[in-house]
Amino acid sequence: MTNARDTGAPTVLEARGIRKSFGGLEVLKGVDLSLSRGEVVGLIGPSGSGKSTLIRCLNMMEKPTGGSVIFRGHAIGKSFRDRDGTTGIGTLRRHVGMVFQHFNLFPHKTVLQNVTEGPIVVCRTPRAEAEERAMALLAEVGLAEKCDAYPSHLSGGQKQRVAIARALAMQPEVLLLDEVTSALDPELVGEVLNVIRRLADGGMTMAIVTHEMAFAADVADRILFLDEGRIVVEGKPSETIRNPANERLAAFVARFNH
Amino acid sequence: MYRWDFDVLWQYWDLFLYGLWLTVVYTFGSILFGVVIGLVVCAARLSGWMILSLIARTYQEIFRCTPLLVQLLWFYYAFPLLVGISIDNRVAAMLTLSLYVGAFYAEIFRGGILSIEKGQREAAAAIGMSSWQAMTRIVMPQAFKRMLPSFINQSVIQFKNTSLVSVISVADLAYMAAVVNGQTYRPLESYTVMAALYIAVLFPLTQIADWIERRLRVSD
Ligand SMILES: Nc1ncnc2c1ncn2[C@@H]1O[C@H](COP(=O)(O)OP(=O)(O)OP(=O)(O)O)[C@@H](O)[C@H]1O
Ligand SMILES: [Mg+2]
Repeated sequence: MTNARDTGAPTVLEARGIRKSFGGLEVLKGVDLSLSRGEVVGLIGPSGSGKSTLIRCLNMMEKPTGGSVIFRGHAIGKSFRDRDGTTGIGTLRRHVGMVFQHFNLFPHKTVLQNVTEGPIVVCRTPRAEAEERAMALLAEVGLAEKCDAYPSHLSGGQKQRVAIARALAMQPEVLLLDEVTSALDPELVGEVLNVIRRLADGGMTMAIVTHEMAFAADVADRILFLDEGRIVVEGKPSETIRNPANERLAAFVARFNH
Repeated sequence: MYRWDFDVLWQYWDLFLYGLWLTVVYTFGSILFGVVIGLVVCAARLSGWMILSLIARTYQEIFRCTPLLVQLLWFYYAFPLLVGISIDNRVAAMLTLSLYVGAFYAEIFRGGILSIEKGQREAAAAIGMSSWQAMTRIVMPQAFKRMLPSFINQSVIQFKNTSLVSVISVADLAYMAAVVNGQTYRPLESYTVMAALYIAVLFPLTQIADWIERRLRVSD
């Protein structure tokens, strides 16, 4: 069905029959999704179709009301901790990073501290080692010289690049990105997309929710079109965004082509 | 024209000093206990456990909706009848002051924590922090800054509130001023000295509070 799966790359993260209701409103109506190692999946769909809810289920930020999330072959349970580092929500989140639309940087910590917080507190990495790695990551996203600045002194694009570095500092196996450029001024979108593109080229496994159709078509191996809580279309960018056969998808994509 | 005469008060300086000392002790003692009570009650209210939260809420409303004077009288004169043991007026005073300020502190703490955006907790969770780690490392340090001005303000009020313990004969500053007045028949001097002593302590404290508040605003 997909590039990566055709080449036999192992599945890292998988959602099976995910359902999610908020009160009486069923937002996800049984969604299957799997991410193979190194694969980039683009999630597109109309507002309110459940994209954020789905991607947030993948790291249990939302607890699904049905179905299961499977990481490295283990169904994730309900508790934060586990004995052997396989089924706990904490384990899942340690290996599956997330970047948010509104950055959510820690305002009381410097850029460097934002990036080292996870490794030091969660992984108990020695400070010196965590800082060294953090500086390397900040250099990668072009913000090494901002390491001692506080988030309030950064532009939106810089904030989002720090947020990406913060997620990468955990050395995640999968990165989840939910509309990470939607809150940015148009002229700042490019710098963030470039960072994501480099990650994709470097083989990072990612699920990306985005309204940037051209970017999705460009960077994703596979596109999922979500509509009213179901995956309606799934395929390569060339079969979906570029040549939509499905009527709803065609209408959706057309709106972005002016 | 009234002839001020502070000289006659001089021989009572130790009474004033002792009264002031007790006022300080009751203030800081009740602030300390109040913080502990406030933290526990705040945790109960945010626990998501209905019954616990309801109990905490009930306590808060009772103590916020009755005057401190009424609480003091009740704990000193009524409560002993209820439980069948007499309590020392100093214990009753400390207990009441602590429970009173604890109810307000709990609300201040709760407001501070709830004022931190949900995204902060989510970002902490997303890098694998437990809810305890997210609370202590990410939410609380930010909440602390936000609630500090209200906390200091409530504590200043608490200092003044301790004067009410004189009605159950705790020998604080207000009580001592009354004693001195009884001895000297000099109400104007006695009560003016008392007022001056309250100002002498609180004015520097409010200045420091304002300074802290300004510093916090700059660092945002
Ligand atoms: N915490 C919540 N409580 C109640 N309803 C929610 C909650 N989160 C999402 N919803 C509802 O679920 C539906 C799907 O929301 P979701 O955020 O997943 O959509 P989306 O596809 O990400 O939309 P957008 O493109 O606008 O971000 C919406 O109708 C939304 O109102
Ligand atoms: Mg969304």
